Amino acid sequence: MKSLSLFLGICFLSSPVLPQDAKKEIQRYRDMVAEGSPAELFEIEGESLWKKPQGPKNASLEKCDLGMGAGVVKGAYAHLPRYFADAGRVMDLETRLLHCMTTLQGRTRQEATSRVFGTADRPSEMESLSAYIASESRGVAMAPGLSHPKEKEAYELGRALYTHRAGPWDFACTSCHGEEGKRIRLQELPALAKPEQARPVVATWPAYRISTSQVITLQWRMNNCYQQMRMPEPAFGSEATVALIHYLTVNGKGEPYRGPGNKR
Amino acid sequence: MMKKILLMLSVLACTCASAEDIDTVLKRDFHARGQATMDRIVQDRLQKVCTETHDNPPADVAKSIEAEQMKTIALPQGGLMGDWKRGERLAQNGRGMQWTDKPGEPAGGSCYNCHRLSPTELSYGTIGPSLLGFGKQRGAGEDVQRYVYGKIYNAKAYSACSQMPRLGFSGTLTEEQIKDLVALLLDPASPVNK
Repeated sequence: MKSLSLFLGICFLSSPVLPQDAKKEIQRYRDMVAEGSPAELFEIEGESLWKKPQGPKNASLEKCDLGMGAGVVKGAYAHLPRYFADAGRVMDLETRLLHCMTTLQGRTRQEATSRVFGTADRPSEMESLSAYIASESRGVAMAPGLSHPKEKEAYELGRALYTHRAGPWDFACTSCHGEEGKRIRLQELPALAKPEQARPVVATWPAYRISTSQVITLQWRMNNCYQQMRMPEPAFGSEATVALIHYLTVNGKGEPYRGPGNKR
Repeated sequence: MMKKILLMLSVLACTCASAEDIDTVLKRDFHARGQATMDRIVQDRLQKVCTETHDNPPADVAKSIEAEQMKTIALPQGGLMGDWKRGERLAQNGRGMQWTDKPGEPAGGSCYNCHRLSPTELSYGTIGPSLLGFGKQRGAGEDVQRYVYGKIYNAKAYSACSQMPRLGFSGTLTEEQIKDLVALLLDPASPVNK
């Protein structure tokens, strides 16, 4: 898969095609990769991790309440992020999984977050679990929580962070994701404040990334965007990252989930 | 009646996150990593104004910011045209200032991320305007050289809330590097002008 994308990449760069032709070729490549996803392998691994007893309490995550009741996985991802009374805050999937790892399995936050973003050789537990839980929402319309005051607060915080310019390069999320139809290099950039642009995005994350042979999650996306914005690092599962994920998901609500998808 | 008053109060006490709230959130939720230290979350006046106005400040405010930013540009003595070949490599290079980048290592200009430059490079971004034929259209006179150097050094001196980083002002690029980029844009021998 990796060599395929590399091969196609070289074709784009070396053949003297006009931009229109290049665009068509890129679309053909995207259609091709959308047909089948190696994310399925991660879904299978995630399911076994969900059921595997771990931590000081030697417990699995099967009793984890993802918002639809203890142990309910079907459709749970489509209703996240949402407010959890037992934690007193809004949580996205990864933050909730971390919560269950610490409460049900008795693991420390430090241990459970020591390697949240994996590599091609060694995917992280969080990546596989995310792929599995998300896959169990296929066909369910995205409906993040919006009624609790804390959910409204998270949405507003996400919205404000989205346009907040800071750092040595003066970037906000809107620096790249502000206007429709823009690109960085060949990568098209969705303007995520617009529902029609946010919907296909929230319906396909987490996703398999062909160029790095990894499943990437929304917490990874936030982290990597802030890295490229030349900002300090946001903490995994922090209110800031969850608020941004909540804001984006609300913007894309209503779209039936059809991930995990593929990224370049 | 009570319900109405409560509703009005909740509207007045808007749930919007204020600038102070954001500051508190960033201080709490972010941490220094590598060269990306926590002083980077502190907004300067320009960043505050652009955030508050969604990059659309009133004309007089924009003017005063631009004048303030213009003062940061110090043109080097002598010629401003470096080597377009080195400039092309800089334009391709998107490294620098990230927490994964080694401090002190030379950064790139990230130009192709947003602009079209050499006609042979098809992997170019479109956030900024195409710069293909930039020098061919404008010549390489001293005024144009000064403008290009200044624009790369501090883009905000020309457009207060531009999305282009202040590459010289922020310490990303050196004087020599900016000169090489000036050459990439203006040198008649540069592929940009072929």
